Amino acid sequence: MRPEELLHSTPQGLYSPAGDFFIDPTRPVPRALITHGHSDHARAGHGAVLATRQTLDIMAIRYGAAFAGTTQASAYGESVSVNGVAVTFHPAGHILGSAQILLEKDGCRIVASGDYKPGEDPTAAPFAPVRCHVFISEATFGLPVFRHPEPADEIAKLMQSLALFPERAHLVGAYALGKAQRVMALLRAAGHERPILLHGAMEKLTAYYQSEGIDLGEVSPARGLKGAELAGAVVLCPPSSLTDVWSRRFPDPVTAFASGWMRIRARARQNGVELPLIISDHADWDDLQASILATGCEELWVTHGQEDALVHWAGLAGLRARPLHMVGYGEEEAENAAAEATAIAEETAGETSA
Amino acid sequence: MNRFAALLDRLAYEPRRNGKIRLIADYFRHTPDPERGWALAALTEALSFRNAKPGLIRQLIMERTDPVLFALSYDYVGDLSETVALMWPAPPRGEGPSPHPLPHGERALEATDRAPSPPRGEGWGEGEPASPTSDVPLSAIVHAFTHMGRAEMPAVLASLLDRLDETGRWALLKLITGGLRIGVSARLAKTAVAALGARTPDEIELVWPGLAPPYEALFAWAEGHGEKPETEDPAPFRPVMLSHPIEDADFATLDPADFRAEWKWDGIRVQAVRAAGPDGRHVTRLYSRTGEDISGAFPDLAEALAFDGAVDGELLILREGRVQSFNVLQQRLNRKVVSAKLIAEFPAHIRAYDLLVEVGEDLRDLPFDARRARLAALIAAHPTEGRLDLSPLVPFATWDELASARADPAAHGAGEDAEAVEGVMLKRADTPYLPGRPKGPWWKWKRDPHSVDAVLMYAQRGHGKRSSYYSDYTFGVWTGERSGEGELVPVGKAYFGFTDAELIEIDRFVRRHTVNRFGPVREVVHTPTEGLVLEVAFEGLARSTRHRSGLAMRFPRIARLRWDKPPGEADRLETLEAMIEGGLRRAATV
Repeated sequence: MRPEELLHSTPQGLYSPAGDFFIDPTRPVPRALITHGHSDHARAGHGAVLATRQTLDIMAIRYGAAFAGTTQASAYGESVSVNGVAVTFHPAGHILGSAQILLEKDGCRIVASGDYKPGEDPTAAPFAPVRCHVFISEATFGLPVFRHPEPADEIAKLMQSLALFPERAHLVGAYALGKAQRVMALLRAAGHERPILLHGAMEKLTAYYQSEGIDLGEVSPARGLKGAELAGAVVLCPPSSLTDVWSRRFPDPVTAFASGWMRIRARARQNGVELPLIISDHADWDDLQASILATGCEELWVTHGQEDALVHWAGLAGLRARPLHMVGYGEEEAENAAAEATAIAEETAGETSA
Repeated sequence: MNRFAALLDRLAYEPRRNGKIRLIADYFRHTPDPERGWALAALTEALSFRNAKPGLIRQLIMERTDPVLFALSYDYVGDLSETVALMWPAPPRGEGPSPHPLPHGERALEATDRAPSPPRGEGWGEGEPASPTSDVPLSAIVHAFTHMGRAEMPAVLASLLDRLDETGRWALLKLITGGLRIGVSARLAKTAVAALGARTPDEIELVWPGLAPPYEALFAWAEGHGEKPETEDPAPFRPVMLSHPIEDADFATLDPADFRAEWKWDGIRVQAVRAAGPDGRHVTRLYSRTGEDISGAFPDLAEALAFDGAVDGELLILREGRVQSFNVLQQRLNRKVVSAKLIAEFPAHIRAYDLLVEVGEDLRDLPFDARRARLAALIAAHPTEGRLDLSPLVPFATWDELASARADPAAHGAGEDAEAVEGVMLKRADTPYLPGRPKGPWWKWKRDPHSVDAVLMYAQRGHGKRSSYYSDYTFGVWTGERSGEGELVPVGKAYFGFTDAELIEIDRFVRRHTVNRFGPVREVVHTPTEGLVLEVAFEGLARSTRHRSGLAMRFPRIARLRWDKPPGEADRLETLEAMIEGGLRRAATV
């Protein structure tokens, strides 16, 4: 079977003609496989959804229990047949429940990796390379300028700032799903013992991580606190809240932002960040190369991001490679549109009445 | 170096003055001598060593990376030093970098000869490299760059880049290309030294001129466990007093009788200090307003001065007794070699307006009027071949009278020098000389800028904070008999004056109206009926052979976006030429 008969790109996302299903479609479809719960990959309104249990849970938290017609959970490593295509979810190391999806039919193996990262992360099952003929990779950080530093060293910057400015609240912008919880886990590993304060948009997801047995220490809502109670506190909020009215309640805060984009100074400055923390849940340039080579693939398809550079490298490395020019991905949770907006509206409403 | 680099990195993002002071003081507190002293020297720009050219840095990275990946990366990041710092390949793990020997004097040549594969052994002063990024003391870097020969630089720089982490490489490249812009003034760094103990910034400032890196005695004194460093320099810099711009609303609260007015000269602020040293010989120094010693650039002036004291004034070029425009002065500034020809063509002069010290007596606590009387007497007593004179007072009784003088200095005493007047200074008659920028005693009241309506022709992506926006604009005016006729010819380039919201609007306009691309530059549509008119404000205009229009603008900035105006109605080149011919002021558009 030619790989394109097993999977190819369409305006709605990756589509399998053999199995008649989409992977991470950007518009409602009858049958969807979802790699992970970020809103650019997991959307509401599909007919049937197959995903890991944790991804299904996350979608239910974000979109309500009726986010799809029917749902089916698949455990890591368990093979499910969908219209004759063998489908297996493997850990992607990106966030809790994130998966790469292996498709097999007639000896052809394709891995759609979604978003992934190798390396240590206590909040996600570790990425494991899966042998395949075609590997489908994102290239968010697909340039040689992106080499993520050790997350512990980045958290040390935050700890130093807390020691130097103990009277100021430290606002840390972090995506509400995944990054926020990882930052909490990193803070605990660095010895930060105070309760971590949360923006309303993060409460439910953080509670879910904790209910899945991930130790994040004591967390509590930031709402209602003011003045001295906030001195020296770490407050996690969605990146967009760093500059919106929500942040005005904090007197003279230090604004930090945990993201791989913080590697580029101009990016950090554009966001008005004072303490950039280069913490990413995506593969960096070296990780991309190592992960791709580890699959032993003959062909690389690049979904989105800096595809030119990654495709160029793959050519030098002797792989057939092509960009899929897929749109609608990579905004990650830049703004996390509907789901977050609702949560923020709820929080704001709560605060005005409080 | 990595620690210092981390400080620079943090400072580059810290907007608060107090935040910066605490970060620097914290670094000084936790960094031993002499490392912190070299850091202080770097922050106060007291380091001088051989600079690296961007071409060399580009060459080093091209030897090590794929050209396509470099081009894509540079285009994405928008800053050469940052791109190279980030994509510099790590030396093979386990082996560690091969240290290039430190060049010392005559051994430098030897080192060059064996540069391709330098022997291991003599490290950078911190023992054997333990990991690929084993760090290098700042002192070793300063030493290397001070003593190396030009031919050695590629190998030494590459070896250093091998040993530093990303931030370290960024800081090093910025440092050696002179592009370290982190918003820290020398004054701020000295304030951080003061914050280590009970000293005031002014006390640090007073001992500073006699000191040299790595400032061990200064740190010891600031931390309270050392003697006050001896100021060996008999002619130290005194921190200058600065003014605030006056707003219309301020006049209602001020009484004209309390103030004196002077012309605000369009030159450079200098402090001329002349005093006898321990051996009885006189030392003369010229300082910029930030305390930088610029005597070397003006030997003619330094030699001519004959008083004993510290004079505050404006450095100007005078020809046949007439003050020349800032454009003329600029031709003398920033020259590496000060030739006899340059001195003869551009004779430097000080127009004095304050006296801080006279024969060892500190006058700064006296009121303005008393200091001025002493200054007048001093100048009268020391004729200096026309190199020093007194900036005249501008008489006025009401704010309206002063407004007329400001509008037409030529008719109010400035005479032929009026072109070099950029406004008036208001100084309270009864206040002492206070270092810094106290609010109230001194005001500056600048003249209104000139402006023209010009058409946006080219836009270039900015650097730094604006690297993803088209924020540098080249604009032009019409060459024809009437507006909209002939062609547009570029007359200047501006990259500020607009708000963030306007930047986004212009950026969108540029992206949607691009007709041509030249690398990072986009040509945007500019016909009589289609295009964007910019109201450009500027401070001065001069003839220039470097520009096709034959004109050069001084300090141009975007005053307004004229979405309402068709490009065909923008100004003509002839209008600008008339501004030069007729003296700028009268021709300025309203």
